[in-house]
Amino acid sequence: MIDFGGWDMPLQYGSQIAEHHAVRRAAGIFDVSHMGIVDLKGAAVRPFLQRLFANDVGKLEAPGKALYGCMLNEAGGVVDDLIVYFLGEQQFRAVVNAGTRDKDLAWMRRFAAGFGVQVIERSDLAMLAVQGPEARGALAAQLSAAGAERALALGPFFGEQIEGWFVSRTGYTGEDGFEIMLPAGQAEGLWRALAAAGVAPCGLGARDTLRLEAGMSLYGSDMDEHTNPLECGLAWTVALTPGRAFVGRQALEEALAAGLKRKLVGLVLEDRGVLRAQQRVISAGGAGEITSGTFSPTLERSIALARVPVAASGTVQVEIRGKLHQARIVKPPFVRRGQPLIG
Amino acid sequence: MSKVPSDLKYTRTHEWLRMRPDGAVEVGITDHAQHALGDLVFVEVPEAGRKVCAGEPFAVTESVKAASDVYSPISGEVLEGNPELASAPETVNSDPYGRGWLARIMPAAALPALLSAAEYEKLAAQEEAG
Repeated sequence: MIDFGGWDMPLQYGSQIAEHHAVRRAAGIFDVSHMGIVDLKGAAVRPFLQRLFANDVGKLEAPGKALYGCMLNEAGGVVDDLIVYFLGEQQFRAVVNAGTRDKDLAWMRRFAAGFGVQVIERSDLAMLAVQGPEARGALAAQLSAAGAERALALGPFFGEQIEGWFVSRTGYTGEDGFEIMLPAGQAEGLWRALAAAGVAPCGLGARDTLRLEAGMSLYGSDMDEHTNPLECGLAWTVALTPGRAFVGRQALEEALAAGLKRKLVGLVLEDRGVLRAQQRVISAGGAGEITSGTFSPTLERSIALARVPVAASGTVQVEIRGKLHQARIVKPPFVRRGQPLIG
Repeated sequence: MSKVPSDLKYTRTHEWLRMRPDGAVEVGITDHAQHALGDLVFVEVPEAGRKVCAGEPFAVTESVKAASDVYSPISGEVLEGNPELASAPETVNSDPYGRGWLARIMPAAALPALLSAAEYEKLAAQEEAG
């Protein structure tokens, strides 16, 4: 057990590698109740999110549709990365990181008053993630026939209230699956039922190796308040549509005008060993640093995300315990839907 | 409860020692240690000829979650690092007291005070109880 954002959470239930493979090959279940669920309500909730969120909630037209993006500070640094669900014209739901929850709520409330928006923390809800090629079927078996039909009809990045549970086709593993927000008192029952049906309980360790193989960023490691999303591989989540006046936009445009200095890339270690956060990366284009590194159970070698000068490409050296090891720059993701994408 | 063979000696930092008939000492990490580390994916063992001092890091084990130093329990010269571990680091998990040995060292001085199996078992049990 480890402390994670104030929550006691298991790093693993048994073998971390076995848990990882279960998600890539069948199905695994994660207790992600540490994530913060925040309901945002009010007539002006959409304009509020247009101000607060660097992605464009104008893209959210169909009820239940989700959008990933960042909240930025005035300097363009990342306050947090989050998913926003469109539940209705007067109601959105945000899912934020555990370690940043208090800061996020304060940041939202700072702007909410001006828009007449209520920021409601849903600490009454727990959240489970069921992930893997067999995950959707496993969850459907826990619902009524009508509920199962609705859950299985959900498109990627859509969520819906089904029989008292908010079920969304999202995740942090690179596999298909669902995340389920449900009354906290029902979480244990669902967990036990899924585990009894053969879904593998998975800890934070497998969650980290799965997300890293999927090329997904982790707040606090790959980005924070001192990095802008354009230098963390998150440019695709920033909507610089004309007329959008979101917090941090001006700083991002200044950074773009001055020219970006750094970029986030994937690394594959060619030698034996394990890449870890904070190791130094030496390239022909200058020095950089690993932001997240691990051993990839799917590729059976070490992979990492690293922040390097924009000119870096091809082969680089990584310093591990005083020795240089050869690594190759690649474009994440490393693995998707069970399949290696890196040769 | 982890396994603690009675014919070995132990350290407070979770290494085990086996006295060999030729005077060399075989060193590895305990069952308790391998379990706490989790699935090992990389093990760096010392090269033959390296001089090591008691208490100094002489090998590194890396699990999926973290890298950990292994401390030499004795001072001496490394005769051999386990060559099998480069391609099969998980051997340390599956057979920590046998094929998962890390190095064989020829002691250069009298051995320091070590723990008996009973003493180490008590230490490991205390740690496992949290």
